[in-house]
Amino acid sequence: MIRFLLKGILRDRSRSLLPFLTICFGVMLTVVLYSWMKGAEANIAESSARFDYGHLKIMTRAYAEEAELIPNELALVGVSELMAKLAKDFPQIEWTPRIKFGGLLDLPDEKGETLVQAPISGLAVNLLNPPTPEKDILNLENALARGRLPQEAGEALLSEELAQRLGIKPGSVATIISQTMTGSLALANLRFVGTIRFGIQVLDAQAILIDLADAQRILDMEDASGEILGFFKDGIFRQKVAEAIVNQFNASFSQSSDRFSPIMKSLLDQGGLADLLAMVQSVYSIIIFVFVLAMSVVLWNAGLMGNIRRFGEIGVRLAMGEDKGHLYRSLISESLIIGCLGSIVGTLGGLGIAYYLQVKGVNVASIMESSSIFISEVMRARITWFSAVVGFIPGLGATLIGSTLSALGVYRRQTSGLMKELEAY
Amino acid sequence: MENNRLILTQKLTKIYSMGQHQLYALKEVDLSFGPGEFAGLVGPSGSGKTTFLNIVGSLDIPSKGKVEVLGRQIETLSHKQAAELRKRHIGFIFQTFNLLPVYTVFENVEFPLILLGVPASERRQRVMEALEWVKLADRANSRPSQLSGGECQRVAIARAIVKKPALILADEPTANLDAQNSHNILQIMVRLNQELGTTFIFATHDEKVIGYLKRKITLVDGKVTKDEIFSSPPVMEGHHESP
Ligand SMILES: Nc1ncnc2c1ncn2[C@@H]1O[C@H](COP(=O)(O)OP(=O)(O)OP(=O)(O)O)[C@@H](O)[C@H]1O
Ligand SMILES: [Mg+2]
Repeated sequence: MIRFLLKGILRDRSRSLLPFLTICFGVMLTVVLYSWMKGAEANIAESSARFDYGHLKIMTRAYAEEAELIPNELALVGVSELMAKLAKDFPQIEWTPRIKFGGLLDLPDEKGETLVQAPISGLAVNLLNPPTPEKDILNLENALARGRLPQEAGEALLSEELAQRLGIKPGSVATIISQTMTGSLALANLRFVGTIRFGIQVLDAQAILIDLADAQRILDMEDASGEILGFFKDGIFRQKVAEAIVNQFNASFSQSSDRFSPIMKSLLDQGGLADLLAMVQSVYSIIIFVFVLAMSVVLWNAGLMGNIRRFGEIGVRLAMGEDKGHLYRSLISESLIIGCLGSIVGTLGGLGIAYYLQVKGVNVASIMESSSIFISEVMRARITWFSAVVGFIPGLGATLIGSTLSALGVYRRQTSGLMKELEAY
Repeated sequence: MENNRLILTQKLTKIYSMGQHQLYALKEVDLSFGPGEFAGLVGPSGSGKTTFLNIVGSLDIPSKGKVEVLGRQIETLSHKQAAELRKRHIGFIFQTFNLLPVYTVFENVEFPLILLGVPASERRQRVMEALEWVKLADRANSRPSQLSGGECQRVAIARAIVKKPALILADEPTANLDAQNSHNILQIMVRLNQELGTTFIFATHDEKVIGYLKRKITLVDGKVTKDEIFSSPPVMEGHHESP
């Protein structure tokens, strides 16, 4: 019987083409959109993790409360001891201390007078003291726009954008003005040996990147750091494991009575990232739902028209002794075959486009201008195993709904009524 | 109870209600048909011929009265049982040929056997046999759109007989055919009736068909007014070029 139906479908293109194309198109869009949203999700999570939140982050309780103000006076102290403990207790995680700081960059003229000044947001990571994972985490080799990476103390990087704006060439010396951990003025000359572009608006506007030891010296933060970031060694964030580590750490290290005791947060606990990602997820759930609905209506209509066109066939098959239920199911199976074929072709097409978007990426810098979240300007789709499946939800769902509804007319009608209409047909 | 009775209707009545008004399409029709009959219902348009065939063919149910077909009471059958009865024992031929346009002649004739679950090799043999009967074996792979009206109706006959039903119900089978084709298919049906013993019941006002009938039942306003049996149908002599 299935073979019989297949023959019919393949020969009567006018009947199957519209539903097929509808499904193909809808499924393709679903796959592309889903992969795109997945890409956005990953982009946000990854960028946030790499540049700010880590997969895990340790701060003092007090620092954590107002982390966005970068209160370095509340920084962690005794970092090397804590690092040693962390390495022992959580060997699956790569731990790395960071200091964030604000301040001004002051560029002098030949006489030593201020030529230009600009606000900066500084990030200090371990650049010079191997082994350091930061070059990989921040992907510095790729981010380097001009010049070279720092090789000795006192050397720093600044964002290409800032360098352009201030006219700083690689190799120039400039002064940074900031505040020490104890609140007094911090001044230091740094040689900017290279410029960087991360492709993330928030950073590229005014970032400077210096070695951790330099920052500790300049800011009077001996063996102290604002934060310690943790990354899974394979670079893949695992929520469950992260939560377990957070709980274990906080249970043994953190005392709620001591504002300076360390506290750990996971990637999703920070900056409302969990909410943001939940929103992204609900957006694509809604998109898929809308697609199911819209396609169902189209397929329902196509099915109704097909069934009207096939009244003769339906009548004859009933007269030949096909049971109404059997006929009903065969109409639905026929649609499902088309739905399946459409979903397969649509999924392949969608994966093709998604793959292109994954490899090429799309630069969305212009619409990201005022964004304050860590998101890479180059958005890419991300194909996951579910990308290959997701299209079948609207593909088969809409087919099933559409064909069930349209064939219901055949099922509910009296056989005699159908025959009468057949006579008129 | 006669043992070799095919159809028995007792006070068969079909009422269509049109709002307040009730329309009697059939009024207390008492008829019986035996195996091997070649009978026709004749009468003016609207006299209830199609209604009678549809009820006997288990496509419809009576409003009152009893209808027994091949030992089954039509008015008591479920949808499934009615379908089963049609599938195994009753073939239909309609005025419009109603072939499935996307399938070949072979596949159209094969369809009833697929429904019956006949294995493929046996299907092939039986379909070709049925096509031989209507002299269309060489057109097995054509589509209905490539055939003439007469050829299409012959395919419909092949489709009706391929499962060797006890009963074939033909509603105006010649209405869309010219004289030559009408005689052609009537002769095929006569031959099937004689050689396979298949019972044929027609609904028609076509004089050509009436000429072949062995029994002519006249319906007027849903009532049987005449039931005539001919020992030898008048027209048959003229067309008896022996098959
Ligand atoms: N579904 C229906 N609803 C209402 N009236 C109906 C219905 N089906 C048939 N009738 C009426 O029943 C009567 C008998 O109809 P039927 O189709 O049996 O006539 P017929 O003898 O086959 O006519 P014709 O020679 O034109 O085919 C007609 O008056 C018709 O209008
Ligand atoms: Mg009629």
